[in-house]
Amino acid sequence: MISHLPILQVIIPLLGAPACLLLNRPNLAWLFSILVSVLTLITSIALLMQVQAQGTISYMLGGWEAPWGIEYRIDFINAFVLVIVSALGAITLIAAKDGISKEIAEPKQPLFYVSFLLCLAGLLGITATGDAFNIFVFLEISSLATYTLIAMGDDRRALWSSYQYLIVGTIGATFILIGIGLMYMMTGTLNIHDLAERLPAVTASNAVLASYAFILVGVALKLALFPLHFWLPNAYTYAPNIVTVFLAGTATKVAIYLLIRFNFDVYEISAPQFKYMINMVFITLGIMAVIIASWTAIYQTNIKRMLAYSSVAQIGYMILGFGLDSVSGLQASLLHLFNHALMKGGLFIALTAVALKLGKVELDDLNGLAKKMPWTFAAFVIGGLSLIGVPLTVGFVSKWYLVVAAAEQQQWYIIGFVLLGSLLAVIYIWRVVEAAWFKPPKELQNAAGNVTATTSREAPVLILIPLWILILANIYFGIDTRFPVSISQQAAQLLFGGA
Amino acid sequence: MLFSIYGLISASFFMSMDAVDVAFTEAAVGAGVSPLLMLATLASVGRYQKKPTDPEIPKVALLLVIITGILLIIGTLDMPAFGAADAPAHQHVAPRYIKESPEEIGIPNMVTSVLASYRAYDTLGEVVVIFTAGIGVLSLLNFRRRRRNIHLIDDIIAIDEHKILRIVSKILIPPILIFGLYVQFHGDFGPGGGFQAGVIFAAAIILYVLFFGVKYAHQVVNQTFVRVFSAIGVLLYGSVGVVSLLNGKNFLDYHVLAENPTTAQHIGILVIELGVGITVACVMILIFFSFIENIEKVIQELRK
Amino acid sequence: MILDLFNYWVVIALMMIGFFIVIARGNLVKKIIGLNIFQTSVFIFYISAGKVNGGTAPIVVEGAKLYSNPLPHVLILTAIVVGIATTALALSLVIRIKANYGSVEESVILKQDKL
Repeated sequence: MISHLPILQVIIPLLGAPACLLLNRPNLAWLFSILVSVLTLITSIALLMQVQAQGTISYMLGGWEAPWGIEYRIDFINAFVLVIVSALGAITLIAAKDGISKEIAEPKQPLFYVSFLLCLAGLLGITATGDAFNIFVFLEISSLATYTLIAMGDDRRALWSSYQYLIVGTIGATFILIGIGLMYMMTGTLNIHDLAERLPAVTASNAVLASYAFILVGVALKLALFPLHFWLPNAYTYAPNIVTVFLAGTATKVAIYLLIRFNFDVYEISAPQFKYMINMVFITLGIMAVIIASWTAIYQTNIKRMLAYSSVAQIGYMILGFGLDSVSGLQASLLHLFNHALMKGGLFIALTAVALKLGKVELDDLNGLAKKMPWTFAAFVIGGLSLIGVPLTVGFVSKWYLVVAAAEQQQWYIIGFVLLGSLLAVIYIWRVVEAAWFKPPKELQNAAGNVTATTSREAPVLILIPLWILILANIYFGIDTRFPVSISQQAAQLLFGGA
Repeated sequence: MLFSIYGLISASFFMSMDAVDVAFTEAAVGAGVSPLLMLATLASVGRYQKKPTDPEIPKVALLLVIITGILLIIGTLDMPAFGAADAPAHQHVAPRYIKESPEEIGIPNMVTSVLASYRAYDTLGEVVVIFTAGIGVLSLLNFRRRRRNIHLIDDIIAIDEHKILRIVSKILIPPILIFGLYVQFHGDFGPGGGFQAGVIFAAAIILYVLFFGVKYAHQVVNQTFVRVFSAIGVLLYGSVGVVSLLNGKNFLDYHVLAENPTTAQHIGILVIELGVGITVACVMILIFFSFIENIEKVIQELRK
Repeated sequence: MILDLFNYWVVIALMMIGFFIVIARGNLVKKIIGLNIFQTSVFIFYISAGKVNGGTAPIVVEGAKLYSNPLPHVLILTAIVVGIATTALALSLVIRIKANYGSVEESVILKQDKL
C-alpha cells in the first residue's frame, strides 16, 4: 500500500464524503469525518517521510504514463502543504461538533460534514496533482464546497458573502482556465513537469506571457492578494466559525502554493527586466497588503473581521518573500505559510469558543470575559503574540527569516515595513487583550443581558484540546525550529535548483 | 428563451468544429438544464427591472474589460493559425490518443477513451463537482424532509387539464428513457456517455413532473432515494479505482478487471460511465425538486 | 494572417461581453447569465484550439485520415459540467438571498446591511 500513498491522500476524503452522506446522522457523520481526516493526516505524514527518504514521488493514475495520463507528483513543497492542510482539517473537525450543533440546523449538519470533507479533498487534490487541468477540476470541488460552507452561516449576510465569493471565485477559476488553455496551445501538454520543460522554448511568445498574466490574476483572486481581497473579510466574518478556522488555515495556503508552483516552477521568465518588474509588483503589493490591511484591522469592532483583515496582511508577508526572488525569501514565505496556519487556526478556534458562549464576537462583548474563560483567552494571548512576532513563538521565526532575506539584498526599507506591520499587529491584538483581561465584566452593567454567559464558564473540552494543540505547536515550533526550517529550506532549494 | 437559444447556437458552433461530444453536452446543458434552472429561479425571484444605480461602476468595469481583452488579443497574435494541423497543441500529447487509443482501449470514440481511461481521474473529479453542487443546493434550499405540502403547483398543473400534452408525454417519456439508456451504453461508439445520459434521464423525470405534478413523481423517485443514489454513483466510480488498488495496480488502472487488456478497458469504462450516469441523473432531479419546492413556498407566501 | 486568428478574436469579444455583464450588472441573476457567457466563450476558445482543418470528429471511421484533437473536447466536457454545477449553486444562492433580503439588486442588498 505504501506506493499508493499519493492517491490515498486525496481519495480517502474524496470517497469519504459520499459515504458520509449515506450515514445521515449528525453525530455519526461527525465521528466518521474525524476518522477520515485522521487517516488523511496519517497519510500525509507518511508521505512527507517518504519524500524525505527517496525524493520526489511520481504516481501515474490509471497506469498511463505521464503526459498522457494524469500524474500525481509529490515533492518537498506539496508534501509540506499537504501536511499543513490535513492537520488543520483534522484539528478543525475535532473542534467542530459544539459549534456546528449550535449554528446549523440539525437536518443540515450531515451536509456540513460532507461539504467539509469535499472541501478538504479538493484542497488536497489541488496540492497533490501534477496536471494543470486537474488543478482546475479540484479547485472547483473545493470552491463549490466552500461556497456551501460559507452560506451555512446563520446570518443572512453569509448568503451575500457566499454569492460574492462565488462570483469572484468563478472569475478567478475561469481566468486560470484561460491561462491553462493558452499554455496548452503553445506546448501541447497539460502535465506541469512537462510544461516546465517545454515552456522555455516558447517563453518569449506573447501567448505564454498572456497565460502567465491570466494565471497570476486568477490565483491572486483566489488567495485574496491585495487589492483583490475584498471578498475575504465578508466571507470569513459571516461563515460559521469553524469554517473560518478551516478556511483561514488552508484555502489561502493552497492558493499560495499554486502561485509558488506556477511562478517558480512552471514559468521561467528569461527577460531580466520583466522578471524585475514582476518582483517589484510582488514587493509593492505585499507591502501595501501588510500596511493597509493591518491599518484597517485596527478599526474593526467585530473580532472575526479584524482577524480576517489580519489574514490579508499575513498574505502580504508571504508575497513579500516571493518578491525577493531568492532561496531565503521563498523559504521565509513557506515558513510563514506553515506558521500562519498554526496561529490563525488557534486564534479562530479561540473565537469559536467565545462565539459559542456569546453568540457573537463584537469587541464590547468581550469585556472581562477572560476571567470566565481563562484557558481560552490565555490561548488567544499566546496566539496573538505569535501573530505579532514575539521571540519564542513561530511568528518570530518566519519574520526573522524574512528580515534576513531582505537584508541579504540590502532592501532595508522592507525591514522597516515588516516592523511597522508588527507594530500595527500589536495595536489590534492589544485591543482584544485589554478588553478581555483588564476591563470590568459587562454582565455587572446589564445583568439581564447575557444569561448563557453565566451558566457555564469555560469552553467545552472538545474545543480547548484542539485549541491548545495549535497554541502549543506555536510555542514548540517557535523554540525547536528544525522541522519547518529544514523542510522549507529543502523545498525552496528544490524550486531554485530545478529552475 | 434567449438564453436557451444561446445554448443551442453554441452547441452548433461546437458541432461545426468537429466536437460532437461537446456539442451534445452543450445542447443538453446550455439549451436544456441551465435555462430550466434559470426559469425556475425567475419564477421564485420575480423579474426585477430597476436601473443600475451607480454610473461610475460600469466605467471602471469597461476599462477592466478592455484591458483584459487587449491582453488576450495580444496573446493571440503569435498563436498558431486557427485550424493549422502543425500547431503545437496537436503535436505532443494528442497524437497518441488519435493513433493508439483504438488499439489500446479498443473503442472508436477517442473522446470517450481519453475521458474515461487516460484522464479518468478528471472525470471522477467532475462527478464529484456535480455531487458537491447537489449537496450545496440541498443545504441551501431544502429545509424540510417531508414534502407532503406540495400541492399548489400540483393544483396549477391539474387546473389546466392538458389532456393532449399528457397523452403525448405518455408516448414520449418511455422512448426518452430508452434513448437515455442508449446514450449511456453507446458512448463507446458514438457521441454520448454517462453525463449526457444522466441529463436525458433526468429530463424524462422532469417532463413527467411538469405534466402530472410533483405528487406522482414523488411516488416514483423520492428525496431519500435520489440522495442515496447520487452518493452511490460516486462510490461506484471510486470503487473501480479501489479495486485496482487492492490488486496492486495504480488507482483506476482498469487492467486488473480482466485478462484481455481491451476487455478490461471496456468493463472499466462501462462501470464508471454507469457511476457518472447515476450521479448526474440523481443530482439533476434533486436540484430540480429543490427548485420546485421553493417555487411552491413562494406561491404559498403570495397567497397569504 | 489576420483572418487566421479571426475565430479567436470573435471568442474574445464574446468573452469580454460576458465578463462585462458579470462585473457591471447589479442584478444578481444577470450576473450569473454573464458568468455563463464568459464560461461558454472559454469553452469555444478551447474547442477552436482543437480544430484541425480538413479533420473530422475524433471517432474512428473508415477512410478518415485527419481527426480533430480530442483532448480539448474532453477538457471542455468536464468544464461544461463544472459550469452547470456552479450555475445551479449560484441560482439557489440567489433564491435564498431573495427570500432573506426581498431583492436581487446588489445596491438594495448593500444598503440594507451596510456591507
